[in-house]
Amino acid sequence: MRQTLIATVENKPGVLNRVASLFRRRNFNIDSLNVGRTENETISRMTIVMDPAGTTAQQVEANLYKLVNVLDVQDVTDQPAVLRELALIKVTASPEQRGEILSLANIFRAQIIDVAPDCVIVQVAAGEDKVDSLVELLRPHGIIELVRTGHVAMMRGRTPGIRHTPGAGQNGAYSNGYH
Amino acid sequence: MVKTGAEILWECLIREGVEIVFGYPGGAIMPVYDAMLNYPVHHVLVRHEQGATYMADGYARATGKVGVCMATSGPGATNLVTGIAAAMMDSVPMVCITGQVAAHLIGGDAFQETDVTGITQPITKHNYLITRADEIAQVVREAFYIARSGRPGPVVIDMCKNAQVEKAEFVYPETIHLPGYRPPQHASLKDLQNAAALIKTAQRPVILAGHGVLKSGAMPELRDFALKTQTPVAMTLLGLGALPASHPLSLGMMGMHGEAYCNNAIQQADLLLAFGMRFDDRVTGNLRTYAPRARKIHVEIDPSEIHKNVHVDVPLVGDLKTVLTDLAPLIEPADHEEWLDQIAEWKADTEARDILAWANDGRLYVSHVVRDLWQTMGQELILATDVGQHQMWTAQYYKLEQPYRWLTSGGAGAMGYGFPAAMGAWFGHKDKEAWAIVGDGGFQMTQAELATAVQEGANVKIAIMNNNFLGMVRQWQEFFFEKRYSAVNMTSPDFVKLADAYGIPARRVTQPEEVAEAIAFARSTPGPVLLEFVVEKEEAVYPMVPAGADLDAMIRRPIRQPAAAAN
Repeated sequence: MRQTLIATVENKPGVLNRVASLFRRRNFNIDSLNVGRTENETISRMTIVMDPAGTTAQQVEANLYKLVNVLDVQDVTDQPAVLRELALIKVTASPEQRGEILSLANIFRAQIIDVAPDCVIVQVAAGEDKVDSLVELLRPHGIIELVRTGHVAMMRGRTPGIRHTPGAGQNGAYSNGYH
Repeated sequence: MVKTGAEILWECLIREGVEIVFGYPGGAIMPVYDAMLNYPVHHVLVRHEQGATYMADGYARATGKVGVCMATSGPGATNLVTGIAAAMMDSVPMVCITGQVAAHLIGGDAFQETDVTGITQPITKHNYLITRADEIAQVVREAFYIARSGRPGPVVIDMCKNAQVEKAEFVYPETIHLPGYRPPQHASLKDLQNAAALIKTAQRPVILAGHGVLKSGAMPELRDFALKTQTPVAMTLLGLGALPASHPLSLGMMGMHGEAYCNNAIQQADLLLAFGMRFDDRVTGNLRTYAPRARKIHVEIDPSEIHKNVHVDVPLVGDLKTVLTDLAPLIEPADHEEWLDQIAEWKADTEARDILAWANDGRLYVSHVVRDLWQTMGQELILATDVGQHQMWTAQYYKLEQPYRWLTSGGAGAMGYGFPAAMGAWFGHKDKEAWAIVGDGGFQMTQAELATAVQEGANVKIAIMNNNFLGMVRQWQEFFFEKRYSAVNMTSPDFVKLADAYGIPARRVTQPEEVAEAIAFARSTPGPVLLEFVVEKEEAVYPMVPAGADLDAMIRRPIRQPAAAAN
């Protein structure tokens, strides 16, 4: 079972490197790591999907808190969270093939965002398994290029994810509106 | 007030209480060294930057203050790396300031440019790259706070040369804003109650006291807890001194070279109370068979240590002194008479065996030297060791009654540590003698600091245990590699002549009966003194739990005395 963690970190140079270096140093296995800006320009947000072989979310979370720039960590594995990733898939598409690719895209609520004489770019934003399915269905057409962002995650409603580390997120040092 | 970056650095260091800096100048740190002349700071010029880190480490361990070392960019900074890693492993508060090439040159492979923040990231608690003078005050304030608070550790400040030269308005920051850094203090009441319930029902409890006891200053709370609940206390290598060795509840050192009765008690316990220790592989042996019948309570300030090596029943995350204070009212007095009797029986067996195992063949052993030093000096010294056999013998035979007197590289096992660490500690306690018990191998890694000792008039006594071998590696080759000795035979200089070249008084000792007199000579001679003890070449440290073996599957001390002596 893969685990998904959300970490908010200070938006400073080198913080991504610190997190990546920590995962390497502790031998934690990352499936995907997504970093981006948030509603607060001083804070970045990471969504970390990891293979927990040999470790636990509690261990990962506690180690992340050892980094001075990490503000908050939530475990959203098996929680009511929305997980989405975005994929861009460049597929061989002769004018005759375009119709079938377009109808596949419609089923997945994907979009054709670029059309060239012999290929198209399909853009899909969905959960990982749906993206997997679409990729497999497009594969016979000939995938030229594929890029996936990895998951981004957000809890539904106002309930936060699980915080394993005692005291974390409780002392008001950081507030993201959940507490 | 407008000041240069270098001046701002010193203004901040003075405000942090820094009185002494161990370092080595060079191109990229020259503005800082120039400004230093105007500030009331003593600078110790080392002979290799690694020596500066070990001195800062020894100073920090002996005084509880933050040790400060300084080096230039490139090779100066990379020479600090081993000492920083050792400080990280042993949670020693240290701030290392390194010069860096000017900000506009970074990334261009300029002369003596090295990615110091990149290199030191995994071996520091935190690190900083300063590119502008107006960043300095805030960074230095944060660095010292991070180094000394929570679980202490080393912090590196890499300072670009332009930031040292440029001017900025100096305002000492009154507050620190570190939203992501909040060391835990109190454990939750629910966890404390859970712990108290386990403590109440325990029949065979053992306390495992680690370095955290000293870091937290929780010696009185530890003693009170142990007395009230009549719980024996085993100590880690770095926890020695947490409870006096002569205390009736002391079990001495646990682990690979711990005494049999101590390790037996841990294996037979039904409750382990781990206080500020991290279940290192050198103290647990085989994790699958470790203390199989024991419930476990882990008091620890670093949450990442919880369940890392050993799964525990009740984690109490917080400062040890605070947690034990909070726990005290929830604990009822107990007397574990049967359990303590059982341990006393094991202890008597060990003591009888010790007498039979004591080397008495007219030749000189490290244990003789350590015993004589202990009998002469008692607790009136700061004692540092290097790494290896002599380190373990000193831990076993030097009975420590007080904390903060014992300096040894535990987690990292960094050879070369002992002599510079003793010197660093002496700078913090000039009223005391600092003794460094070192091996012939480790001493030669940092012997260049002999010149530093002379230049500073350091009252450091160096006791070299010379067996012309890398003794611990030799022992492992004897036990585990069919005595195939590979690269352990060591030719050393004439240490007495070497000392003479530095103008350091020295003696060579080859007989057990000469030891006490040599110690007296060292004590009565002011300043650095070197004693070379030519000891038995192929002696092994016992007892020993082979790496990865069960904790109670130890190789005991061989009996040497004739059977008649047993009666």
